[in-house]
Amino acid sequence: MLLEVEGLSVRFGGLGALADVTLGVAPGEIAAVIGPNGAGKTTLFAAISGFLRPQAGRVRFAGREVTGMPPERLCALGLVRTFQVTRPFAGLTVRENIAVAAHLRHASRKAALALAERVAARVRLEDRLDRPAAELTLAGRKRLELARALATEPRLLLLDEVLAGLNPAEVAEMEPVIRGLRADGITVLLIEHVMQAVMRLSDRVWVLVGGRIVASGSPAAIVRDPAVIEAYLGRGAAERLLREDALAGGA
Amino acid sequence: MRSLPAIGLFALAALPLPWLTGSGTVLNLATMVLLFATLGQAWNLLGGMAGQFSFGHAAFFGTGAYATAIAQIRFGLDAWSGFAVAILAAVAMGALVGFASFRFRLRGSYFALVTLAFAEVARILANSLEITGAGVGLLLPLAPGLDRLQFADKAGYYWFALVICAGGLVLASLVRESRLGARLAAVRENEEAARALGVDAFAVKMQAILLSAGLAGAAGAFYTQLFLYLDPHIAFGPQVSVEALLGPIVGGTASLWGPVLGAAVLQLLGEASRALTGGATGANLVAYGIVLVLIVRFFPDGIIGMGRARTADARGVTG
Repeated sequence: MLLEVEGLSVRFGGLGALADVTLGVAPGEIAAVIGPNGAGKTTLFAAISGFLRPQAGRVRFAGREVTGMPPERLCALGLVRTFQVTRPFAGLTVRENIAVAAHLRHASRKAALALAERVAARVRLEDRLDRPAAELTLAGRKRLELARALATEPRLLLLDEVLAGLNPAEVAEMEPVIRGLRADGITVLLIEHVMQAVMRLSDRVWVLVGGRIVASGSPAAIVRDPAVIEAYLGRGAAERLLREDALAGGA
Repeated sequence: MRSLPAIGLFALAALPLPWLTGSGTVLNLATMVLLFATLGQAWNLLGGMAGQFSFGHAAFFGTGAYATAIAQIRFGLDAWSGFAVAILAAVAMGALVGFASFRFRLRGSYFALVTLAFAEVARILANSLEITGAGVGLLLPLAPGLDRLQFADKAGYYWFALVICAGGLVLASLVRESRLGARLAAVRENEEAARALGVDAFAVKMQAILLSAGLAGAAGAFYTQLFLYLDPHIAFGPQVSVEALLGPIVGGTASLWGPVLGAAVLQLLGEASRALTGGATGANLVAYGIVLVLIVRFFPDGIIGMGRARTADARGVTG
């Protein structure tokens, strides 16, 4: 396993945000964590990527214990995250934004700028290179988040809702980019609301509800899991659906 | 480096001033512009580039000024070694202030207050310690000669200031066009995002404050050589800190030339206000205050930003 999360718990005061979360991502996989709003998905990413110290549990990355390690060190080890609420360096150009990340493994300005250009082309930001990041649309900002993360040349990429808020055409443009990461040996763990995209992209899915993992498996198995249907459609929904199915079948 | 030709041109253009004017007033003014351009450039390495607004750069300026004076008077060092000691002492002061603030994640107004507190503590210490001459201050013996970094005429000091100012410009341009510069800008724009991308925010802020303090210390040491007299208020007083940040903010923090332009505008304005009010004390500060309010209100990117703001408006760009 490239990433192993074991018994992770995070509490904010008396409020439990994550309870005993365990999951693992194998090298080369595209895995996803789904769940309703407030389920603790972003908290899970924050705890894995070093922005939050968990109260209990362990995170192992590439065979190394990394629990509570600061984000900049995790990034240097090859674990990088994006932010759901995009955080561009607003006063810098797109090129300069990406170059900051490229500098992680390239000391020379020239090498970092060259890498920034290549990465920008990959996420189709090449025509915006010299525009200020503040001018980008939401779709552009999501691409910039992805581009910056890629420029750190990671082994594991945590994508926090990079598709949310995009229109279907924009989602369709982003999908192959994410799928293409696998060819570069980049493992992906994503949090997503856009279910269709998750189902098409992921090898494996975990369902997080109320801070707990309630189901996991292949996308095909997950959509039929009663615990998942209840989480999204409310208590008793699975039973009701099955009954209606049975009735429809009987009629 | 892209800015080096411009810096060379600037130095070359400024070089012949003493031959062009016989006026001591003009040379004095030009020397003060270069001194405060250097101090402003130092402030801008930390405030403009890394977004960490210091309100206490007097701590570094004063440390440099006192360090060379003490090294020469109390320890018998020559002025050149004293100059080096001044830079090192200021860097050490920068390490102290930086560690005390950045280690504990102080940002924004909290950082500004801590730097102000350090400068004030330094002023009070200088006012009471024997080694700094307490309230009486320190007087260096007059002994012109290049080996003593003292000059018989104003032109010598002007060229000395020009060398230091050009050195500050080269330092700032090297930082700007390097990995450190990119990381400082990232920390300024969004520290969390920078950390997520592998930028060690603490380390880069420390590097910025060390460079900034060292350059401010050089400006302080120059002051000592120029006036051969120091007291706690001159070296560590709040108006030094205000001059350090005012120049870059008025000129434009985003540009290498902002601190130079800002220093020129402020010194000319200060001189004009003194002349108009018949030399009233504090007249220059009143003028500074008015300019600061106008700049912050109408041109937050400084004088250099004026042209850019207008072109951006024409494109319909906001934010």
